[in-house]
Amino acid sequence: MGILEVKGVNKRFGGLKALDEVNLNVEAGAVHAIIGPNGAGKSTFLNCLVGRLEPDTGTVDFDGSSLLNLEPHEINQLGVSRVFQTPEIFGDLDLLENVMIPTLARRDGPIKLDAWSRVDHLVEVRERAEEQLQDVGLFEKRDMTASSLSRGDKRRLELAMCLVQDPKLLLLDEPTAGMSRADTNNTIDLLKKIGERGITKIVIEHDMHVVFSLANKISVMAQGTVIAEGKPEDIKGDPRVQEAYLGGAHL
Amino acid sequence: MLGLNSKDKTLFLIVLALTMFAPFLLNPFPEGSELAQFNAGYPDLMQRFVIFGIFAIGFNILFGLTGYLSFGHAAFLGVGSYAGVWMLKLLTMNVVPAIIVSVIFAGLFSAVVGYISLRRSGIYFSILTLAFAQMSFALAYSVLTPITNGETGLQLALNDPRILDFDAADGSLPATNFFGIEMRDGFELALGPWLFTFNFGYYLCAVVMLIAFYISIRIFRSPFGLMLRALKTNQQRMRFTGKNPKPHTLAAFIISGMYAGLAGGLMVAMDPLAGAERMQWTASGEVVLMTILGGAGTLIGPVLGAGVIKYFENIFSKINDNVLYNWFSFLPDGMQDAFVFMIHPFIGKGWHLTLGIMFMLVVIFLPGGVVEGGQRLKRLFRRRGGSDSAGGASSAKVHPAE
Repeated sequence: MGILEVKGVNKRFGGLKALDEVNLNVEAGAVHAIIGPNGAGKSTFLNCLVGRLEPDTGTVDFDGSSLLNLEPHEINQLGVSRVFQTPEIFGDLDLLENVMIPTLARRDGPIKLDAWSRVDHLVEVRERAEEQLQDVGLFEKRDMTASSLSRGDKRRLELAMCLVQDPKLLLLDEPTAGMSRADTNNTIDLLKKIGERGITKIVIEHDMHVVFSLANKISVMAQGTVIAEGKPEDIKGDPRVQEAYLGGAHL
Repeated sequence: MLGLNSKDKTLFLIVLALTMFAPFLLNPFPEGSELAQFNAGYPDLMQRFVIFGIFAIGFNILFGLTGYLSFGHAAFLGVGSYAGVWMLKLLTMNVVPAIIVSVIFAGLFSAVVGYISLRRSGIYFSILTLAFAQMSFALAYSVLTPITNGETGLQLALNDPRILDFDAADGSLPATNFFGIEMRDGFELALGPWLFTFNFGYYLCAVVMLIAFYISIRIFRSPFGLMLRALKTNQQRMRFTGKNPKPHTLAAFIISGMYAGLAGGLMVAMDPLAGAERMQWTASGEVVLMTILGGAGTLIGPVLGAGVIKYFENIFSKINDNVLYNWFSFLPDGMQDAFVFMIHPFIGKGWHLTLGIMFMLVVIFLPGGVVEGGQRLKRLFRRRGGSDSAGGASSAKVHPAE
């Protein structure tokens, strides 16, 4: 019984079949990587999980409840947080506010309108946010405006914003895309560190270095469907994967 | 005190002092002097300063915090005005019910308009609000004549029921009052050549504005205000953070609509007359100008913007060629004519040109409005003052909601 069960998901964009009978079972606590060549349907699939796209057919069950027909904020409130390919942060606000907002969202639910209490009196929320900033190593920069951060730091901030919510499932869409080698390694270390908390993670990634240093299970997608699934060692040696994804080259 | 942090408290006390001493501050020139025409301390204009201040404070809660640019806020002001006059006609000349009902009606109307307009964002949202406002204007002008009295505008009449006022009318229209204190009343204070007018109506408006300003500070500093600023920056992230942006934007829209209604109610409380032109798109555009000119997203900016625009409208528009000839009388004849000819387009009916140029200069050189100008000056003086590195570092930090 996995924490996330996806069965028979199809998605068409006009004549293009983006997802074709995708099945996926993610076990609680796993770091599950989804790899595949460009256009394999990885991002479409992820968007179907978080409510950005609605699958045409199929079921998506998370922790006992269906995610179909839910708004993104409802899915988040169930315990699913997402890191985007380009970090999505509140650029005009400072780092502390950036992390306090998800903390408040988790505490107050999706629509509580609290216009009378004062943000600077929310000691618990602020301390929780500061702790999280400390965890990702951004505490010293907490008063900076988020848009002035480097790409790597933005990614850290976005991770902090997700982690402060204690999600049950964390979705990472190419967490190291466009990063320097050093930033990539830092991010891997950070992800490994948060791995100790036992949060289930789904990682979409192109960088094999990242995939093999993080994942304990890998699904390979090609042409909108999952063509292979297994432990990293098995995937490395699978001839179908090498054919579809690596064009026959050896890892 | 009041649940404000020290910086906000200072700001609030400054605004308190400015509004309370406005009759002095706005009349700096002695009566009868050459410069007396620049005095703005007469009741009608002072009332307009604070009423439009309220309108702009409310508009800023929507535009400054969420970034949604409404081009139809005058509609709510108009609805508030009509509701207010009807209360003065039906219930009593006491302005309290009129003001309260104005706020309620504007709130209800803005809930409907907001619910529909907020289905879109950006330019489409602006167009939707503009369409609603122009529709309201056209309806008030024509179809709804039984309620709005069309072109003439809604006025008081001698045979209005006024069921709560028992004293029989003595053949003249009664004056609006606040539990017996007539709004047009006041007293004058002559100090040497100076003459200061203290008007009860102005002080009622000023107190209401202070309350409105206080509420706006609380909203800016609240978790709700933080969420509004968050959704202005990145709605996508907000959604994926588990917050639903829609109720937030709608609440901000309704609050700012109620502020507009409050302004409309106060207008008729000072002068019980409501016309459709109050809802026209130019009136909606004016509040946008006020907010941007003063500094959108800042607390004090909209009030300053409202003051600047109303001052220009009333003072610059009064300067005519005769006044100019007077000013340049020390010059030789030809030069005098030339100067008057050059300045003529910018004064009198041309005050819009002056305002337009000023607006362009502010938007290009001070995108943060008058408030940013003030902050830059402050920084400049601090640097000159020599409290160098520490002051420089702290002022380099941007305070988005100051």
